[in-house]
Amino acid sequence: MPANPTSAEPLIKCVDVTKTYIMGEQQVHALNGVSVDFIAGEMTAIMGPSGSGKSTLMNLIGALDVPTSGDLFIEGRNLANLGADELADLRNKTIGFVFQQFNLLNRATALTNVKLPLRYSRNPLADIDARAAECLSMVGLSDRMDHRPMQLSGGQQQRVAIARALAGHPSIILADEPTGALDSRTSNEIMELLVNLSKQGITVILVTHEEEVAEYAARKIYFRDGVIVADDRKTK
Amino acid sequence: MKLKLAISSAIEALLANVLRSFLTMLGIMIGVASVMAMMAISEGAAIQVDQQISALGASNLTVRPGASRRGGRHSGANSAPPFTDKQVQILQQEPYVTAISARNSGGVTVVSGSDNWATQLYGTNVGYFETQSWGVTAGELFTQRQISQSAAVVVIGKTVADTLFEGTNPLGQMIRAKNVPLRVIGVLEEKGQSSFGGDRDDIVIVPITTARNRILGAHKTTPKHVSSIEISVADGYIMADVQNQLEDRLREIRRIKPGAADNFRVFNIADFVRARSSTQATMGVLLAFTAAVSLIVGGVGVMNIMLVSVTERTREIGLRMAVGARKGDILGQFLAEAILLCLIGGLIGSALGVGAAELAANVGGFPISISPMIAATALSAAIFIGLFFGYFPARRAAQLNPIEALRHE
Repeated sequence: MPANPTSAEPLIKCVDVTKTYIMGEQQVHALNGVSVDFIAGEMTAIMGPSGSGKSTLMNLIGALDVPTSGDLFIEGRNLANLGADELADLRNKTIGFVFQQFNLLNRATALTNVKLPLRYSRNPLADIDARAAECLSMVGLSDRMDHRPMQLSGGQQQRVAIARALAGHPSIILADEPTGALDSRTSNEIMELLVNLSKQGITVILVTHEEEVAEYAARKIYFRDGVIVADDRKTK
Repeated sequence: MKLKLAISSAIEALLANVLRSFLTMLGIMIGVASVMAMMAISEGAAIQVDQQISALGASNLTVRPGASRRGGRHSGANSAPPFTDKQVQILQQEPYVTAISARNSGGVTVVSGSDNWATQLYGTNVGYFETQSWGVTAGELFTQRQISQSAAVVVIGKTVADTLFEGTNPLGQMIRAKNVPLRVIGVLEEKGQSSFGGDRDDIVIVPITTARNRILGAHKTTPKHVSSIEISVADGYIMADVQNQLEDRLREIRRIKPGAADNFRVFNIADFVRARSSTQATMGVLLAFTAAVSLIVGGVGVMNIMLVSVTERTREIGLRMAVGARKGDILGQFLAEAILLCLIGGLIGSALGVGAAELAANVGGFPISISPMIAATALSAAIFIGLFFGYFPARRAAQLNPIEALRHE
C-alpha cells in the first residue's frame, strides 16, 4: 500500500510543537516549533545528531511525554485533551514501541513478553496466547516461543520486541535506533521486517543515525537544533 | 486497575526472587506469630479468671465481722462480734437471697487409725453447699435434722479422702477430730485450686452445731456464733445495689447507731479475683503491644525491600507503561506484591504462632485459648501492614516518568 503524500488526513499531525527542558538554571529547547505530518503506511526515518530533538519528537508521538506548546494529533485526536489513562490506552492500542535495548522481561518467555501489551488491554482478546503466537510467527520465531531472552540472539530478541509491538494491532510502530545494538547483517533482517510491516499499512517511524538504515525508509527527515532542516521523499 | 493482572504480575515478581521474598516475609512471620501467641496466652488467662470467678460463684457476697473498737483501741479484722444463727435466719428472708451459708472454721488434725492429717475443718449449715454449688461424688451431705442434733458426721474433701483412705472406701469409716469421733457420710466433688492458691479439697465439713458444741468450741460472748456468711444473689439484681441493701439491713439487725462505724464487712470475692487478674491483663496488653511493634518493624522491612525492588525494576516499569499500563495498573501490581508478601508471611506466622502458644501451654503451663477470631485479627493486621507499607513504594513506582524509567540503567 504505497502512500500518497498529497491526499488523505494525516495519521499523525504535529503543529508548531516545542519542548523545553529545564536543566538546572539552563533551558534546553529540544524542539523549537516543529510542524510535520505523517501519513498512514509511510515509513519514515528521522535522522540527525544526538541532541537534535529526534528522540524527543518520538517520545511526544508515542504519548510518553507532553509538548511544552503546540498540538499533536493522532488519528485526529488532540493528545492535549487526553488524560493519563487515555494516553496509556492509546499507547496500548495504537502505538507499538521498539527499543534499541529491546527491553524484554528477562525472566519471562518470548511468548509471555509478547503477551504483555495484550494483558493491559481494556478490551482483552479471548485468546491472547493465540495472538501472541501469531505475532511471533510473523517475525519468524514460532519455534522459539518458550525461550527466554537470554537464550536468544540479539536479532531474535529484537524480533520478539517487534512481535510485542505488533500484538495489539497498532497503526503506528515507533522504533528508536532499532538496529543500534545489532550487527549489519542482523540489522538488514530487522529492517526488512519493518519494511514489510510498512507495506502491510502500518506507519513505521524510526530514529537512526545510520544512512544505510535510513535508506530503507520512503521518507527521511533531518533534525538539527530542534528544528527540521530537510524532509526528503524517495521518488519512484 | 486490573486485579487479576496485578496479582499474577505480583506472583511472577515474587517467584523471580524466592529467597528475597522469603527473607522479606520473615519479619511479618515473626510479628504475626508473636501477636498470635501473646493473644492466645492473654485470652487463655482471661478465660481462666472467668472460670475461677464462676467457681467462686460470680454472684456471691461474703460477709465477715469487721474490726472492733473498744476504748480507743482498734483490734484487727474479724475482731468484732460474730454473727448469729438468728441473724442468718433474718437475712434469709431478704428477697435477693437464693441461698445463705453460715460457716465457722478452724484448723484440726484428723486421725484415722494410725494415720493423721492436719487440715481445715468447717462447721456449716446446709445452705453452705448451695452457695458453693458443691455436691458429693459418693455418699451424701448432712441434713438439717443432723444439724439440729449436732450429729457426729462429716463430709470430707478429695484430698483428705485420698490421704487417709487411699484405696479404700471412706464411707462409713470413722475419723477423729480433737478426739471427737466422726462418721464419714460423704466425699465432696473435686474443686481444685482456689483462686488464692490453696487446695480447696483439703477440707472436712461437719454440721455447724457439731463444730460449735463439740470440736471448735463456742464463742465466749455469742453462743450460737457464725463467723462468716456467704449469700448467693438471685439473677437480675445488680450486685452493688444488693451490697448496699445488705449493709443497711445488717446495720439494722446488728443495732448499729447512726453515725457509728460498721462492725462488719461485705465484699464480693469475684472483685478480688478481677482486681488480681487485672495485673495479668495489663501484662498481656503490654506483651501484645510489643508483638505489634515487631509486626510494624516487619512492615518497615517490607517497605524497604519494595523500594529497592521499584528502583531495580525501573526499566521494567517504564516498559510496562510504554505498552499501555495505566498508573493504577502499576500501583496495583506493587501493592498486590506487598500485600501478598504480608499475607503469605501472615499465614506462615499464624501457624508458627499456634505452635508457639501450644509450646507455652505444654512447657510453660500457660493456659491458652486459640480462637479463629485471633487468627483473623492477626491476618488482617498483616494485610493492613502490607497495604500501609506497600502504598508508598507502589505510589513511587506509579509516579515514575516512563521516558526516564526506560532510560534507567
